[in-house]
Amino acid sequence: MMKRASLFSLLTLAAILSLAVTGCKSPQKPITDIPGGKRPPPVNPGPGGALAIKPGVEPGVGTVPIVVDPSVLANYNQDRETFKNDTVYFDFDRAAVKKSEQSKIETVAGHLKGNRSHMVQIEGHCDERGTEEYNRALGERRALAIREYLVRLGVDADRVHTITYGEDRPAVSGHNDAAWSKNRRGEFVLLTPKN
Amino acid sequence: MKRITTFICCLIVAISGTARAQDPKVVVPGDLKGTRPVLITVSGFGGEVDSVLRFDLFVQGFEFVTADKAQFQLAGSNSGRVEGRLIDPLTKQQILAKAYTGTSLRTQAHALADEIVEAILHMKGIGRTKIAFKCDKGSTSEIYIADFDGHNAEAATADGSIVAAPTWAPGRRALYYTSYKLSNPDIYSQTLASGERHIVARYSGLNTSAAISPDGRHVAMILSRSGSPNVWIADADGANLRQVTKIPEGASSPCWSPDGTTICFSSSSTGRAALYLVSAAGGQPRRLSTIGTPNATEPDWSPDGKTIVFTSQMGDFQICTVPASGGEAAVLAAGEDPSWAPNSRTVVFARRAGGKRILSMLDAPTKRVKELPAISGSCSQPSWSK
Repeated sequence: MMKRASLFSLLTLAAILSLAVTGCKSPQKPITDIPGGKRPPPVNPGPGGALAIKPGVEPGVGTVPIVVDPSVLANYNQDRETFKNDTVYFDFDRAAVKKSEQSKIETVAGHLKGNRSHMVQIEGHCDERGTEEYNRALGERRALAIREYLVRLGVDADRVHTITYGEDRPAVSGHNDAAWSKNRRGEFVLLTPKN
Repeated sequence: MKRITTFICCLIVAISGTARAQDPKVVVPGDLKGTRPVLITVSGFGGEVDSVLRFDLFVQGFEFVTADKAQFQLAGSNSGRVEGRLIDPLTKQQILAKAYTGTSLRTQAHALADEIVEAILHMKGIGRTKIAFKCDKGSTSEIYIADFDGHNAEAATADGSIVAAPTWAPGRRALYYTSYKLSNPDIYSQTLASGERHIVARYSGLNTSAAISPDGRHVAMILSRSGSPNVWIADADGANLRQVTKIPEGASSPCWSPDGTTICFSSSSTGRAALYLVSAAGGQPRRLSTIGTPNATEPDWSPDGKTIVFTSQMGDFQICTVPASGGEAAVLAAGEDPSWAPNSRTVVFARRAGGKRILSMLDAPTKRVKELPAISGSCSQPSWSK
């Protein structure tokens, strides 16, 4: 009886001491309850697979006079045949138009000068030997370099739309020089008015 | 007598807690933040819980060894709920003892791994963080979010278009990303809880590579509207747009310093891609030297401000790091698209293999790599939630 009482007081003393050292912090809760994660509901695609972009919430983004507002492209048909042999090819990691490619751009300029209602879209592409966002910018630089050449030939800048796909849309699959050289390119798409 | 036994057990928990608070050497033998992994032995767990614990600990610097070589012993069970005890084998002292209820065994295992990381490495665990990334679906792609280890992936978009460069808004469950949905690469923001999204930038030309400032109030991005792709900054909703860099050869992949004052980006203004720093207020960019690593792109600034991780192209793509002040760079692993975890230690990145991209984890100090086994298909451009 005596022994049990002294053990008890010893333990009590130890407990008080340990509380004093921990700054009276209550001991760790033995079981940690993890509240159920609130998983966001999947985004609800609207009709036609489009996500809800609410009218009125789009900021009124402006256009720069020298470049085409992408929204006007909805009024044009895309013709990929007319200039399919005029694709401009580039050197690795370069956006400069090579001499060998200039005549292709001249063909396109001639068509645009003779067809005042037509526009052109230039699609800039890269091979896979670059990081993705670097290539997205490089593809844009290639498209813009072709556009600049068209403008120098007398085509109005507001008739030339550029879009980059980086390395997302290779013309040729494969991981070798032959494929890469075909993929570093600028493609022309003729835009004709819908009515 | 039973009551006294219970009392003694409670007391042990209290005393071990005291020892930990009083003497940190008990839990930190040697240089555990260094380049050598922490040696641990794990026993008693099974199935999914065992693999979660091992994955989480591995990518945060732990290596699994036999009991005789271990600096730490983790023992426990997962019948019904996850329970674990962490022991220092030298002193036989219990460093922590934990049990969990609620949600799934998977989440409980992440929680236990987090507490072990915090007890030993004194850094916040990443077990319950998220990543966002894009996955190719034939000629189109979609944005996905998942647990950091790739589990519980779900699509955030379903547009059947091309998407790119997802990034998290700090401290919010919201993403910014590029989508070609409206026939142009434009930047969108999307609140994950509601699915509501807004157009942040839809200017003529390229709009891509959004990066949100650490205070969440601004977005840095690449726009080509001025005639070449350059860094621009706007309010988080796209308003008050201003041009930051004016480099004819263009720029790509901006990221923010954690104090929000500086932007790091890549440019090939000298012919080959290199990293540059520019004040978020504008001004002249200055070159960040990354000695030994050519063609530097895709910088990401560590949350602790010390290190920039980036991709160098030297034949193959390599994940590299350099001090934020520049200098000698370190080559860590083959891969691209790096993004820091909130712990400034682990990096998620993409690795090319067999014509596709595989999301992988890198523990930067120990240079050890692990693939995310739960993700199939070709996925890239991961971004870690912060």
